[in-house]
Amino acid sequence: MTDSAAAGSSHRDAEGPYYGPYGGRWMPESLIAALDEVEQTFGEAREDEEFVAEYQRLCRDYTGRPSLLAEVPRFAAEQGAARILLKREDLNHTGSHKINNVLGQALLARRMGKTRLIAETGAGQHGVATATAAALMGMECMIYMGAEDTRRQALNVARMRLLGAEVVAVEHGAKTLKDAINEALRDWVATVENTHYLLGTVTGPHPFPSMVRWFHQVIGEEAREQMLAQEGRLPDAVAACVGGGSNAMGLFHAFLDDAEVALHGYEAGGDGVETGRHAAAITLGRSGVLHGARSYLMQDEDGQTLDSHSISAGLDYPSVGPEHAHLADSGRAIYEPVTDAECMTAFETLCRTEGIIPAIESAHALAGAARLSAAWTAEDPAAAAEKIIVVSLSGRGDKDVGTAAEWFDLLDAEQQEQQEQQEQQDEDEQDEDEQGDETGVQA
Amino acid sequence: MSITADAVEAARAEGRSAFIGYLPAGYPDKETSIAAAIALAENGADVLEIGIPYSDPVMDGPVIQQATTEVLARGFRMDEVFEIVAAVTAATDAAVLVMTYWNLIDRMGPEVFARRLAEAGGAGAITPDLTPDEAGAWIAAAEAHDLDRVFLAAPTSTPERMRRIAEASRGFVYGVSLMGVTGARTEVSDAAERVVSAAHSAGAGRVCVGLGVSTRSHVEEIGGYADGVIVGTALVAALRDGGVEAVAAKAAELSGRA
Ligand SMILES: Cc1ncc(COP(=O)(O)O)c(C=O)c1O
Repeated sequence: MTDSAAAGSSHRDAEGPYYGPYGGRWMPESLIAALDEVEQTFGEAREDEEFVAEYQRLCRDYTGRPSLLAEVPRFAAEQGAARILLKREDLNHTGSHKINNVLGQALLARRMGKTRLIAETGAGQHGVATATAAALMGMECMIYMGAEDTRRQALNVARMRLLGAEVVAVEHGAKTLKDAINEALRDWVATVENTHYLLGTVTGPHPFPSMVRWFHQVIGEEAREQMLAQEGRLPDAVAACVGGGSNAMGLFHAFLDDAEVALHGYEAGGDGVETGRHAAAITLGRSGVLHGARSYLMQDEDGQTLDSHSISAGLDYPSVGPEHAHLADSGRAIYEPVTDAECMTAFETLCRTEGIIPAIESAHALAGAARLSAAWTAEDPAAAAEKIIVVSLSGRGDKDVGTAAEWFDLLDAEQQEQQEQQEQQDEDEQDEDEQGDETGVQA
Repeated sequence: MSITADAVEAARAEGRSAFIGYLPAGYPDKETSIAAAIALAENGADVLEIGIPYSDPVMDGPVIQQATTEVLARGFRMDEVFEIVAAVTAATDAAVLVMTYWNLIDRMGPEVFARRLAEAGGAGAITPDLTPDEAGAWIAAAEAHDLDRVFLAAPTSTPERMRRIAEASRGFVYGVSLMGVTGARTEVSDAAERVVSAAHSAGAGRVCVGLGVSTRSHVEEIGGYADGVIVGTALVAALRDGGVEAVAAKAAELSGRA
């Protein structure tokens, strides 16, 4: 269907460092040796049966894989005629897909003799997963999180601390995910001898985009097999939310050569892309370099990164993985924005109709699937009824209950006051922590 | 002809290592930043580095981050850089390099950026997040406009990478003295001397050392083996706390003129 498929090669073969004009390694020289070491260790490990067996054992016995592929008929019925099945990554240990990548990289870190893991986190899910792996493997752990996100995702901050990780609230820039990545990179430059930077999505310098995808490919591989076993055929479309793009790449990869399966990625549309307050890097970005990779980037005329906005901390990132940029250009995958309001409607509907509270990130994919089903149904209801959409339910929504309560006005006045007081208290504590950490860095 | 190489060689002819000072463009405002850069040159800097404020400066520590964040917050635009470079080159004999993260060049287009920098009298650019591996477009544009290109060499760079860095650089090679970001340190890391000798053996004609250098004794120590010594954070802190006069005094102290 696509150019490269016609030429006999497959999108599935893309291993980096470049995906079309995207990807690469735009990094300070100080980190190149560490990136080479990660690349080499990963290259060897994926061919090493013992390593792969150990990784698969952890996925099974610790994460609880394979995750279910389960139909949600009551949710689907409210959207249109198409059937909708969820790939339940929310049922993984720690509550999201992030653990797939984290366990893989933590094993690699151990193989390289590193004793300390650092990571950025937006929604806190990647931070929680990293703190979890560090606890499991007896490693030190430090998590960088934008100060704005420590407020939005206070519960996950507490989870990480319970797991023994140190959480640093980053006060620079927009105080969200991109600033947390900057701070993690600054840490890594100074500590690479004993530290692995466990990057949480398919962005960053080579080999992160291809390596993180590899650890998530299991999502699509399982979903494809489950479809064939349960339905006797492939889905008509698969849908995933796209922040950096790891759950989407993990789902898409197995289907890249199945021309009959449409691939849909949903970016955070925030208040609407026309307002400028969004995180739809593919929809409104242009090629640029951030955090080590060339990709679509939200930037101003001078090349300064623009602040992104989304109700979901995990999608609040102004760029996107380079392989997605290439898939968008090639037309193999289609990317569209979903606004905060659309996403919260889908969020509420899944809670009410199926008894599943999704992560707000994942609710963007649900809203996308709802849109697809509605469009198909408007066109041809009978044909739509024969169609199946597989949605990546990348995470569970426990962490988002506070945000949802605010959005839907679910708290009575007294509770509201309590929550606000609690948030204020959290912020004060973080300010104190920050000061402590900063003196630590300068010493 | 390399303006930067000439400046470093002129210092060598005087029997000393070159003194290279960094200040952010537009900090705290355009006029003061021009005055501060001129004062830096008048008090012993052979080469000036004008840093372009960037939204995501991953190689910078808290002092420089804070300064450049302030500049961006007041609405800094790229045009200012060329105005500052032109004003400074008109007033001093120092070689003027800009220091910039890659996306700012990428967005303008390497060719346009190089042309405008050359027109302003700039000597070239230091690119902290660009390695020779990704630098094809920049090297071509710099060649076309006869500009210097300074790449970084790190304590962890392999001999093979050192050779590529030495080959791709023109002006000098920036030897990173330690594994970390910009910021004042109390001692010079012993990695610095190894980086310099590795870069020299790899064919670099001039190797200048930066990161963490903040006192006259650091300058003297590094000057013992490097072709130049680069100071940033200490000068930015002086500008922040005491304005142009403090920059002049700090520069005189660092260059040994005080
Ligand atoms: C549940 C969940 N889904 C999706 C994402 C977005 O990441 P990615 O696009 O890499 O899958 C996050 C990130 O925090 C997340 O927590």
